[in-house]
Amino acid sequence: MSGAVLVPAGAAGGAPRWLRSLGLALGLLIVGLVAFAAVFGPSLVPHDPFAQDLGNRLAVPVWMEGGSWTHPLGTDQLGRDYLARLVYGARISMVIGLATVIASGLIGTTLGVLGGFFGGRVDDAVLFVITCRLSIPVVLVALAVVGLMGSSFTLVILVLGLLLWDRFAVVARSTTMQVRNLDYVAAAWCAGASRAAILWREVLPNIATHLAVVATLEMALAILLEAALSFLGLGVPPPLPSWGLMIAEAKDYMFFSPWVIMIPGIALFVLVFGINLLGDGLRDMLGTQDAR
Amino acid sequence: MLTFLLRRLAVAILVAMTVLTLSFMLTRLSGDLAISIAGPNATQEDVALIRAAYGLDRPLVVQYLDWVGRAAVGDFGTSYFFRERVADLIAQRMPITLTLGLVGLGIALLVSIPLGILAAVREGSWVDRGVMLVALVGQAMPSFWLGLLLMILLGLQLGWLPISGTGSWEHYVMPGIVLAFSAIPALMRLTRSGMIEALSSDYIRTARAKGLSRLSILGKHALRNAAIPVVSIAAVQLGFMLGGSIVIETVFALHGVGYLAWESISKNDFPVVQAVVLVLALIYIGLTLLADLLNAALDPRLRAS
Repeated sequence: MSGAVLVPAGAAGGAPRWLRSLGLALGLLIVGLVAFAAVFGPSLVPHDPFAQDLGNRLAVPVWMEGGSWTHPLGTDQLGRDYLARLVYGARISMVIGLATVIASGLIGTTLGVLGGFFGGRVDDAVLFVITCRLSIPVVLVALAVVGLMGSSFTLVILVLGLLLWDRFAVVARSTTMQVRNLDYVAAAWCAGASRAAILWREVLPNIATHLAVVATLEMALAILLEAALSFLGLGVPPPLPSWGLMIAEAKDYMFFSPWVIMIPGIALFVLVFGINLLGDGLRDMLGTQDAR
Repeated sequence: MLTFLLRRLAVAILVAMTVLTLSFMLTRLSGDLAISIAGPNATQEDVALIRAAYGLDRPLVVQYLDWVGRAAVGDFGTSYFFRERVADLIAQRMPITLTLGLVGLGIALLVSIPLGILAAVREGSWVDRGVMLVALVGQAMPSFWLGLLLMILLGLQLGWLPISGTGSWEHYVMPGIVLAFSAIPALMRLTRSGMIEALSSDYIRTARAKGLSRLSILGKHALRNAAIPVVSIAAVQLGFMLGGSIVIETVFALHGVGYLAWESISKNDFPVVQAVVLVLALIYIGLTLLADLLNAALDPRLRAS
């Protein structure tokens, strides 16, 4: 049908094995650190991310002149501890990323597997739904929905989950098509297995690795999109310290104290970079060069 | 070829109809539009008045058919906030968004094609790895944050470019760079893998055996084949970029369609919101159709399927 839409780019890099595993290790390290910060950070940092201290606004980080260890990353425009907000923000990013991937993964995988397994009319319908979804401008629709229904944490997850399933569907569909024609599926048919059993026991486990690679890509995308929505004021509502929202709130001060947007921005970049590294490493390791 | 064309066109029209319906449903999500428009301090009478004035008291089906019928002839109603015809509002601002999209695509192609070729020619080398790293960095860069960084660096510290606004061509440079970042990773990977595939093919070996120069092999033979998917993906990427320009237009206060959409969303101006969603989706559908036709025209093998 629409070949151009359904063939996103790429093949694996030609890097030697040790370098690839270095990327994977670095990705694991970054994601692990952020996950640790997300789970334990808020209880390890002595400050409350919501406590304002108007007498101590925009205190500079410790490495700049006049900085102190009381607030290692300084404070924001309301005197809230930046480190406390940053680690709390890690929790928001991780939860939104994981929840979105679970929701979109369920939708996309179901559609893709059905289309790829049954083929024919079912597949035509699935392809049509994917084409429709791709023609919808994601950021605009997400902004519009949140703008209409009022910003909330759950709504952001719901909207992103309902929008970001396309790549899951595309990959699940094409990999299911390949698996469907393999010998062990034929063997299962001959052994008298039901359709459901074949889907559940033969197809799904064999496309799972491809889906895991997609999951990393979509998680990275969801985290970036949440930050963009929050930055535009239509994502996670204040005073929650989403990294995108922190950048938006700090924007007015960025020309005088650039570190206020550097800190949450670098955190966002590093996390997304780490997740992508993890995905790339995973793909190389599994040899699933067509998964993207 | 004709059946392929007709089938592809039929699908495009069906998708357009679906998006038309979706954009209508989108603005009805919040339940009662009249209450949202009237605002929190409105009385019962105000709401009733608004409901009647905007035709929101009619059954949903009638409203839907009305929207479809009007949208089909390019009439998207009147903006609640600007008090202008929505079609005019969009037409005024579309050139800005299109310019931004084309500038972004131009920069993306200028960066990604040479780098992609370079990586393919030196496959497995440090150059290749560096290029792939650039792709990863581009993928992870939050566009709005990159925009702010450029503002600080190029706008404030170096003073080369205006920080925000719509006045001159210089206003398109920074947003164009930021927009290009979103397309560079995909285009670069595609150029690279296409070139690697082309360079290892039989006709390249023949060309080498004939003793053709390296440049002629790369340019005339390999690139021409690798370019087919790149051209069609570039068209699709342009569609994505127009849809994604809302963030960048808002950051740089560039008054295009994206900025219009953002303003309208924050002002509950629903006729504008649903029209912009529809128009951007239609442009995307048109571009993918173009990409598929281009693909079919350039690569005869695809027509058969």
